[in-house]
Amino acid sequence: MIKTIISEGLPVDEQLLIRKKIIQNGTGPKRICIVTGTHGDELEGQYVCFELIRRLNENIQFLDGTVEVYPALNPLGVDSVTRGIPTFDLDMNRIFPGDPNGHLIEHTAYEIIQDLKGADMVIDIHASNIFLREMPQARINVQMSKKLIPFANLLNIDFIWIHDAATVLESTLAHSLNVIKTPTIVVEMGIGMRITRDYGNRLVDGIFNMMKKMKMWSGPISKEISKPMLSTTGEVFFMNADASGIIIPSVSHSVNVKKGDLLCQIVDPFEGVVLQNVLSPVDGVVFTLRTYPVVYEGSLIARIFSKTPCSDNL
Amino acid sequence: MKREILFQMKSPYRDDFKIQGFRFGEGEKSVAIVGAMRGDEIQQQFTCSQVVKNLIELEKEGRILPGHEILVIPSANHFSMNINKRFWAMDNTDINRMFPGYDKGETTQRIAAALFDEVRGFKYGIQLASFYMPGEFIPHVRMMDTGFQNVKLAKKFGLPYVLVRKPKPYDTAVLNYNWQIFDTQAFSIYSGDTDTINKESAKIAWLSILRFLNSMKIIKKDMHEGFNSSVLHDNDMETIKSNQAGILYSQRGAKDEVKEGDLLAKILDPFTGAVRSEIYSPIDGTIFFAHDKPLIHQNTVMYKIVKF
Ligand SMILES: [Zn+2]
Repeated sequence: MIKTIISEGLPVDEQLLIRKKIIQNGTGPKRICIVTGTHGDELEGQYVCFELIRRLNENIQFLDGTVEVYPALNPLGVDSVTRGIPTFDLDMNRIFPGDPNGHLIEHTAYEIIQDLKGADMVIDIHASNIFLREMPQARINVQMSKKLIPFANLLNIDFIWIHDAATVLESTLAHSLNVIKTPTIVVEMGIGMRITRDYGNRLVDGIFNMMKKMKMWSGPISKEISKPMLSTTGEVFFMNADASGIIIPSVSHSVNVKKGDLLCQIVDPFEGVVLQNVLSPVDGVVFTLRTYPVVYEGSLIARIFSKTPCSDNL
Repeated sequence: MKREILFQMKSPYRDDFKIQGFRFGEGEKSVAIVGAMRGDEIQQQFTCSQVVKNLIELEKEGRILPGHEILVIPSANHFSMNINKRFWAMDNTDINRMFPGYDKGETTQRIAAALFDEVRGFKYGIQLASFYMPGEFIPHVRMMDTGFQNVKLAKKFGLPYVLVRKPKPYDTAVLNYNWQIFDTQAFSIYSGDTDTINKESAKIAWLSILRFLNSMKIIKKDMHEGFNSSVLHDNDMETIKSNQAGILYSQRGAKDEVKEGDLLAKILDPFTGAVRSEIYSPIDGTIFFAHDKPLIHQNTVMYKIVKF
């Protein structure tokens, strides 16, 4: 069943529609929600929605509970290659928990929260942006980490990044849900404007694995669920461009690098000179890598996770 | 006046990006004034340029009082303004969501850090600001309720209203909030327009800044007293939202005084021209904010009216 959560008039002969697909079977009380498309240029979640629903439809007899899929929280953005909310120029993930008496968009955010409230788990799928490729990873606020890490471990991802609490992030969907005790995990994977089938399949396997542990799914699951690295067992290094220019890549994404390895070069095509050799400061794994070649000073180039050598003994 | 380059960055192919500052007087760091931080803030840039023009003349006449330094930064984002973009030309991020900035971070964090480094430590900070929704305002001074705000000072601008509002989570990354946290009395001036120049409202804004400087004995200029500002909080305003979508035919705009039952606007069917909705004022008051685009969505804020 497809249910419409929001229907508001646009100026000429169109409604702003936000819809969800409800898949239900059995009598189990558990409900999980898969949401994506908050940022209209992040499309990796589209494949996850498709594949999850396809597999559920094929084997619905194994489901005991409810799976709700929200493929496009920002439908105007997804359908027009716009990251923010078209006409308002707003980042939709900075307006939660919304306001029932506020502007159309704030009111919409409020209704979305009301609709998701009470779910046993919400997976909020993002796909970085058009500049950076991300390894499949969960982003979890340190305050929620105790509760959410056990679930994130089930999702067949590579990395769990525990981040500090920042006031600005209080206006995200995930934070707004977590504070009203609706557990929500943000998954970042892949890159904007593209679909990486392999990542999508992995996350769908992970969602079924999680449903199995939540006793919502009695069907077959993948036997190869990867065990993610946890950011608190090491350190995350950010690498930003020292010069404005064009990036020529040297390593590929998700690889292990050694201290001093060349990640990429920033070059000046006019002069044929290298402006910066970007070297890894540590031994570690490149979990974020810039793919968009044009950079300004400060543009993020890579993030590397370096495990503390003796973290196992701590 | 000393014209300085406060920040400079190379671009792959465009001309260098520079932030320029105009410094007047010497002594105590008295006032920093920041104009456009978004590419569509043309009214803000224009207003700031008029402040610079006035200060140059006042300086010539020896009317900037000794012991005061004034720094004006009319533009911090012309890389976007020159190509008709609102946010940072490369990655679409908002400089005014990056404060206090980080000099080793992303490009706009670095710009914010460089800018903040220049403007922090001043006694007063004035930003020419714009609203995130399209619309027209009555000229006013806006302050955040951080516990450090001084409403009495805000009234020295002599604008019709001073609005004090509770900060939202994203506000912790805007210039005004960070100024206050770092001990600068911060004021945001809203003159009403953004992507077009309205000389009349711009003049109200630049005169209000000069009035403030005069009142704080930083400059010496014979000036009109201005308004005895009313102090407002968010809940002092009645919000009127659209109950239909369509073509907006406004009959009343910002600054108008209205009576309960006055017709404010009509929403028309975009195909037949039939009136879908008539919007009436629920109270006697003054229109503080009015949506001013010709199309309107359903459930959108059309008016904010200050009760008499
Ligand atoms: Zn996103």
